[in-house]
Amino acid sequence: MKARLLAATSAAALCFAGGASAQSNELTLCWAAWDPANALVELSKDFEAQSGIKMNFEFVPWPNFADRMLNELNSGGQLCDLLIGDSQWIGGSAENGHYVKLNDFFDKEGISMDDFAPATVYAYSTWPKGTPNYYALPAMGDANGWFYRKDWFARPEIQAEFKEKYGRDLAEPKTQKELLEIAQFFQGREIDGQTVYGASIFTERGSEGITMGATGALYAWGFKYENTPGSYDMEGAVNSPAAVEGLEFYKELYKTATPPGYDNAYMEQSLDAFKSGQVAMAMNWFAFFPGLYADPNTGGDKIDFFVNPAQNQPASTLGGQGISVVSYTDNMDGALAYIKWFAQPDVQKKWWSMGGYSCHRAVLEDPEFVNSAPFAGDFLEAMGAVQDFWQEPAYASLLLAMQERLHNYVVADQGTAQEALDGLIADWTEVFEDEGKL
Amino acid sequence: MPDPIAAVARATPDPIARKVRGLSDRAIAWLFVAPTIFLLLAINIFPLIWTVRLSFTNYRANRPNEEVEWVGLRNYVRILTDDGIWANMQTTAHFLFWTLFFQVLIGFTLAWLINRKFKGNDLLTTLIVLPMMLSPAVVGNFWTFLYQPQIGLVNYVVELVTGTPASSFSMLGPGGYAPWSIVIVDTWMWTPFVMLICLAGLRSIPDYIYEAAEIDRASKWRQFWTITIPMVLPFLMLAVLFRGIENFKMFDMVVLLTGGGPGNETLLASIDLKREAFEKWRTGYSSAYAIILFVTVFGLASIYVKALNKVKER
Repeated sequence: MKARLLAATSAAALCFAGGASAQSNELTLCWAAWDPANALVELSKDFEAQSGIKMNFEFVPWPNFADRMLNELNSGGQLCDLLIGDSQWIGGSAENGHYVKLNDFFDKEGISMDDFAPATVYAYSTWPKGTPNYYALPAMGDANGWFYRKDWFARPEIQAEFKEKYGRDLAEPKTQKELLEIAQFFQGREIDGQTVYGASIFTERGSEGITMGATGALYAWGFKYENTPGSYDMEGAVNSPAAVEGLEFYKELYKTATPPGYDNAYMEQSLDAFKSGQVAMAMNWFAFFPGLYADPNTGGDKIDFFVNPAQNQPASTLGGQGISVVSYTDNMDGALAYIKWFAQPDVQKKWWSMGGYSCHRAVLEDPEFVNSAPFAGDFLEAMGAVQDFWQEPAYASLLLAMQERLHNYVVADQGTAQEALDGLIADWTEVFEDEGKL
Repeated sequence: MPDPIAAVARATPDPIARKVRGLSDRAIAWLFVAPTIFLLLAINIFPLIWTVRLSFTNYRANRPNEEVEWVGLRNYVRILTDDGIWANMQTTAHFLFWTLFFQVLIGFTLAWLINRKFKGNDLLTTLIVLPMMLSPAVVGNFWTFLYQPQIGLVNYVVELVTGTPASSFSMLGPGGYAPWSIVIVDTWMWTPFVMLICLAGLRSIPDYIYEAAEIDRASKWRQFWTITIPMVLPFLMLAVLFRGIENFKMFDMVVLLTGGGPGNETLLASIDLKREAFEKWRTGYSSAYAIILFVTVFGLASIYVKALNKVKER
């Protein structure tokens, strides 16, 4: 009996040891479920082959991504060893100890942040902002850009009608106001027997949609979060006359140039509207552009891309993410090995070739880069003028307040742009007071 | 014939039997209910007490290392003086009142019609109860398509009947339709539940009462008001209680349909609470918010149950 018990215990111990060993030889990378994530799965096969570490992936659809991942981090969960988290999370994740500070590791492995585009290092890696404290490696550069039906724009009858109406050629808009004119021109037009509309833009209420869309106009007009960076002095910056005008513009774009019922739309709806041939132009993240270009119905020679048009200044809303090591990982060495592998210029070049937006200067500054894809030049231009939302630890409260104020004004027709932005300052002031920053 | 109870008693292993034998009936009863009481305390009562405690602090669950301060009644004062929260309460009250109103009206009418004997009665009953068997997530997505201005059936029907172009209005968008759109969906989904409870009430009324009324030459109208309604009323009130509590915490379906928008037009208190608790992570503040909602529901439900008991006693 004792011998049998001993054998059973030994077998169980061996199984457990085997399990533990297998677990330490695996990594789970968490990200949003979208096209670039699929490219990363393919890219990571090289890492698996080189390191012998098995890669698992946890991809969450965008609308639930923040909820799911922030819950995971806040509960100290061990689901993710590596996380490609949104840029706005970096403040909270750094201050609350969710992300590993990577400075020592970078120094030891000779990984230099100077090798990455400065805007991406600032946005995706540093906390406090702009200081040399790195909590992520820039992984996926992204910004909000535009794409349009090149084949419709090229039609002689449409060209002629547009020229007659506006006195200029129908071409990619150079300003926000030109964008509005083009969108209004296409609104309700019959093309190939189908009624089409001007543009699909972001108006979503629940997560971050309308903020990410409207800031494209606000930044271009001159909206700023603070008069002096780091001062939380918002009066006159958030609600400046230029910001008010920018917000009024976005409402006009929504009211006069979007498809019917387009009152709660974000990435997916924008893509659907374009792919189904409903709209002449659409806004979305550059991350989707490779997939759009490859689309058999509306891609190829039917589509072209342009950077978010300037108004008072060139500006694009920043997207994209850095890759971080989660503090609660039980495979720290493996996670750091992945970061080291991913930072290599060759891997970054392959990453770009597979549909990921590398932030490495070896990729971006390659003379061939601009010609490597029809949207590559626009991407470079956009990344040169990106602006991001607050990255404070309380970013979620700040974001929800902006979602509410913007949706109330733009979609629900409540109040004026001035009132919306004044109210936003009041909301944000309350948040910063709670945070002890005001 | 052998006694089965005695057989089971004989089969009980001696040690257990010996232990149980020494216990009183009351002790054995406690032994049986103790696990349930323990679970109830652990899962319901302890979290409730903990929530009350947190509601007096500035605790944030996403900042476990930060010092937790005792803020007294500050959270409660902020919530009760916040115009936005009162607006959400009003939205919730609007949703609650109109869903209950339509569900009772239509549910009772359907039950009254179904209660008659006719061919295909069973099939019709099954068809009517189908919506309540669907998941709210399915219902939310399904109705989002129905309400879609370009391809949705609802706008198409409105165009057909009134001549208003289908794509000129959005049931879930601006224009004030959204609060009514969510009422329609909830009514569609849950009226069958009210109908089933009313049907149970109608079928519990003995036929002889109606026969006696017939003998007394009471009109159908009088029979309806003096027999049917009073005897179904306790059932109806029970259905209202269930649906009222459920709709007070309505979340999933509305989030899928409107996300609380446009603006805040369909932002129910439950959706706002979720955002405070699990998006902004203001745990202390949202605990106070939850306690206020709990007290509101508990208070209203207690008053209502007393009224229900009085009706049953009559």
